[in-house]
Amino acid sequence: MAETIFFIVFALGALGFSAAVLIAKNPINSAVMLVCSFFCLAGIYVMLSATFMAVIQILVYAGAIMVLFIFVLMLLNIRDDEIEAPRLSIHQGIAILAGTGIFFTIALSIAAWSGSSSRVAHDTMSDTFGTVEPIGDQLITSYVLPFEMAAILLLVGIVGAVVVAKKRF
Amino acid sequence: MFGIPIGWYLTLSAALFVLGAIGLVLRRNAIVMFMCIEIMLNAVNLTFIAFARYHNDLGGHLFVFMVIAVAAAEAGIGLALIVNVYRHRRSLNVDDINLMQG
Amino acid sequence: MLTDILLILLKIVAVVLLFAMPIGSLMTLLGDRKQSSMIQNRVGPNRARLSIIPGLGRLPLVGIPHFLADGLKMIFKEDAIPDGADRTWHNIVPAMALFPAIVMWAVIPFHDHYCTGEIVVQNYRDICVEGQTRNFFSIANLDAGLLYVFAISGVSVYGAAIAGWASNAKYSLIGGLRSSAQMISYEVSMALSVAGAILIYGTLNLNEMVVQQGHLIGGWLPMWGIVVQPLAFFIFLGAMMAETKRAPFDMPEGESEIVAGYFTEFSSMKFAVIQLSEYVATVFVGALIATIFLGGWQVPYLYGDGFHFGNTPTAALELPYWAVIALRIGAFSFKTIFILWLQFMLRWTLPRFRYDQVMNLGWKIFLPLSLANLVITAFVVAIL
Repeated sequence: MAETIFFIVFALGALGFSAAVLIAKNPINSAVMLVCSFFCLAGIYVMLSATFMAVIQILVYAGAIMVLFIFVLMLLNIRDDEIEAPRLSIHQGIAILAGTGIFFTIALSIAAWSGSSSRVAHDTMSDTFGTVEPIGDQLITSYVLPFEMAAILLLVGIVGAVVVAKKRF
Repeated sequence: MFGIPIGWYLTLSAALFVLGAIGLVLRRNAIVMFMCIEIMLNAVNLTFIAFARYHNDLGGHLFVFMVIAVAAAEAGIGLALIVNVYRHRRSLNVDDINLMQG
Repeated sequence: MLTDILLILLKIVAVVLLFAMPIGSLMTLLGDRKQSSMIQNRVGPNRARLSIIPGLGRLPLVGIPHFLADGLKMIFKEDAIPDGADRTWHNIVPAMALFPAIVMWAVIPFHDHYCTGEIVVQNYRDICVEGQTRNFFSIANLDAGLLYVFAISGVSVYGAAIAGWASNAKYSLIGGLRSSAQMISYEVSMALSVAGAILIYGTLNLNEMVVQQGHLIGGWLPMWGIVVQPLAFFIFLGAMMAETKRAPFDMPEGESEIVAGYFTEFSSMKFAVIQLSEYVATVFVGALIATIFLGGWQVPYLYGDGFHFGNTPTAALELPYWAVIALRIGAFSFKTIFILWLQFMLRWTLPRFRYDQVMNLGWKIFLPLSLANLVITAFVVAIL
């Protein structure tokens, strides 16, 4: 029961804040709304017993990536909300209609696949599922190649960002 | 306590993904479009984590780990590009960035 | 279920209202006013008296009632919002600044888990036999406790950044930009410097870390973080001081350059809340450093049933459990306040850095040093 309430709160929060990202006129408002949405998603991760991933979500998404967004927005200091030229409403209508259509297609296929019987498994799970230790174990055993690749990717990302953002060489 | 059906999580993820996609199409501000991509990535992460729980397999968490690493690299480079574009064109509206269209 | 929720609420009230907030606000008086005045060879506040209460009117009380007067002043001041400022964000921002400073306290252990049965000391650890362990002394015993702290301290950038942006003022904006740049920079060396300690203790759980610091090297030297990771201690202290934006790292509010930085345009209680959040964060730095590097609630040679000198199963000096708990919580508070005092000494002793010096220190000194520390620690841990 409590779980359902928490799920509804977090799900509505995530959806509402994400919608606010789209609606907000000011990019800074969008960014802060997105951070709130990430917090709600972290709550949902905790409900799925992915505590480590929830903390990483806050640490990387809310604490690093979105800070970078806000930093850039403040650096460019775009205060005028009119950079958004009003689009033709027919375009908006088509986009929203198409989006709703896609959503219902996916939702129907999910409903057809799962039905009501497929609950998230509870009893087969070990106590340490989703904590730091098993994830760390897997990272340096079966997933060591992707792990190293991610490290190289981040290094390339750092170098690339410096090269792109530098004014002159 | 039976928990919540996995379908709920998947539906939430689908809704988030569609929201992100709609935003990507509707908004013209490059940074907001970028944020919409982040929403879509997060929707996918949610699916991974829900399935990891469903199949009792940590592989899903590790995929999310990689996705977050990619998102971090992407944010770094993408924002550097956006700053550069803004320096040249004084605008973040992607419709103004049309030099390649001839 | 209901008792669990009540217990958690009780713990939150106890930690926030009885520990973090009082020390934080008392510090504004003793640390910021009295200690600074002593260092600068002046008297400091000494006139505030409680003349309302009969009998106390004549007592000087070394100016301690001054903070009550300050609070009253803050409440009755006008709340000014500058023209063109984003009113909504201007009103929300103080809460955004205070939120992470308080939420971080969730994982700080004030004592080991309470043991309902008998305690047997084995290999410098309290082992609970014939009973359960109950988590009474930390709000949440998180598996990824230290990561949680880093995550929340990453979120604390928003308060300062949005405060600078929402004020619609040049100085505020520069202060906000500076604070976000500084906090992002120092987070890197902050996390990397503790990585060595994480390798040694092999856990991210703060309580488990403290339990392991009860180990005695060679039977006499407590294995505190500062003993096994001395370099990391200094880097971490420096990086955390930079995180809290206090002098000598007070670029974001540098009085001589940008008035008061990101909270120039905040007045009355909003100003007080932002200020309080900084003080609470400073107390938290003390608590976190005490936990990781100074043995947390450990008192040297004191274990669950009394003092042990060396790896002995029976206590040399037996103590009742409640006395052990009281001693340990007292030790933790003392260590926290000691680190606070140290921060204030540094704050009033060192001159302020220039902005580029802050960045150089973070990226060119702290970061390579903490990386070297991490590599050397990894080698040593792998060999041992």
